[in-house]
Amino acid sequence: MSEIYPLLEARGLSLRFGPVAALEEVALALWPGEVVAIVGESGSGKSTLLRVLGGLAAPDAGRVAYRAADGALHDVQGMGEAARRRLHRTEWGFVQQNPRDGLRMGVSAGGNVGERLMAIGARHYGGIRAEATAWMRRVEIDPARIDDLPATFSGGMQQRLQIARTLVTRPRLVFMDEPTGGLDVSVQAKLLDLLRSLVADLGLAMLLVTHDIAAARLLAHRLLVMRHGRVVEEGLTDRVLDDPQHPYTQLLVASVLAA
Amino acid sequence: MTHASGYNFAYLDEATKRMIRRALMKAVAIPGHQVPFGAREMPLPFGWGTGGIQVTASVIGPDDVLKVIDQGADDTTNAVSIRRFFARVTGVATTERTAEATIIQTRHRVPETPLREGQILVYQVPMPEPLFRLEPRVAETRRMHALAEYGLMHVKLYEDIARMGEIATSYNHPVMVNRRYLMSPSPVPAFDNPKLDRMPALQLFGAGREKRIYAVPPYTPVRSLDFDDHPFQPIRADAPCALCGARDSYLDEIVTDDRGGRRFICSDTDWCRQRRETTRP
Repeated sequence: MSEIYPLLEARGLSLRFGPVAALEEVALALWPGEVVAIVGESGSGKSTLLRVLGGLAAPDAGRVAYRAADGALHDVQGMGEAARRRLHRTEWGFVQQNPRDGLRMGVSAGGNVGERLMAIGARHYGGIRAEATAWMRRVEIDPARIDDLPATFSGGMQQRLQIARTLVTRPRLVFMDEPTGGLDVSVQAKLLDLLRSLVADLGLAMLLVTHDIAAARLLAHRLLVMRHGRVVEEGLTDRVLDDPQHPYTQLLVASVLAA
Repeated sequence: MTHASGYNFAYLDEATKRMIRRALMKAVAIPGHQVPFGAREMPLPFGWGTGGIQVTASVIGPDDVLKVIDQGADDTTNAVSIRRFFARVTGVATTERTAEATIIQTRHRVPETPLREGQILVYQVPMPEPLFRLEPRVAETRRMHALAEYGLMHVKLYEDIARMGEIATSYNHPVMVNRRYLMSPSPVPAFDNPKLDRMPALQLFGAGREKRIYAVPPYTPVRSLDFDDHPFQPIRADAPCALCGARDSYLDEIVTDDRGGRRFICSDTDWCRQRRETTRP
């Protein structure tokens, strides 16, 4: 068996917004097929970390390296914009908290799902449509609504559509920023269930930013706890949640409301 | 004939013409790429052909013969006034015959008579950016051009087929120039798109309000975007011209009464006249 390398590896990431330290000496490794959740309170730097890891923001210091499907190692910050955008179209996917930021609201559901296919060169209308139909079925949206605008969908459907649109090109690594934010509890549960089965089926690696400990427990293999821009605790999800070591993690776990 | 005194030849001052020629040189060197230029105030409003006029003014010389068409016609207001403008400020000969002209300024049509080497076709362009309805950020569209990321344009065509059953852009159908740049073919009808491909004449596009110039040099491949299973089809009204009987020219629909009566006649008035002269001597 060949040696396994991390898919994404970050070292010494630091970023300041004026006097505020958004990231301080953050290190992280994500392995193929692994789901890592980044948890923490608002303002702890978790969304900033996601943006830096995805090459959408530049850190003051530190490096992010990504190992592509062909085995080549890319410096995410150092690579050209063309290469980075190509990665975002093909091997990476970004799911936004608000589906309105991730979808094209003026384009039909089928067009939304097909966009990434067309961006990588699909030029067969029937093929694109068949793929869009299959993905809508997969995320449990009635394929009869393929020509409807996303604005006519409910919040949960929009989020599922965004997931279909992101996964249609079978990325290897998906960044998710609070995918269940703004959804009510029963819809959240369904979405988490869907995500869990998709991740397992596709063998996706996923970086999940959330403040929802329950979502993290359900989806993530490993957990990073962030506070004031630092990773204060890191480990297997069950270990961190059942036996938190850092006082802040203990507080975080203790403050989850039992249903 | 000499030109009106008090104005420089072709109205624009020489420094402005030089600036526009530089933009034109760059545009010809990078087929389909939009080159910014400092569009001047012209003695007519933006949207009436100021971009085309400035391009024509920069390339015209005393020996040129100018033809101006508006939607194919030589005798509409826009065409007549622009032709008279150049007659007055340059003194060049003007014509209505496509074959005799060395420079043809056009609004929204390509003449039916095939153009030849040595001729220049100048288009008036209202909106040079093919992506503007899809991507509102200008900076982002320029990045997309730089990186040749044109998937979004196909999303638009996909939407057309999903809603209408066919690609419904009957005019301004986007084209790829020289397999690199996505270009808006000014808003010519889709019927004219095939004429742009490998045309022997030089094609220059001027957008005055948007301050952009682009060009298609002679014999450059220009391909209309489409899907493999929905190939591009030039659209034409299914009727012969009521005047000359042509079945292969682009037609204007003319409503003749309030009871649904209509006639179709050639949009290219010069082409229609030529056909009538040769078929009915």
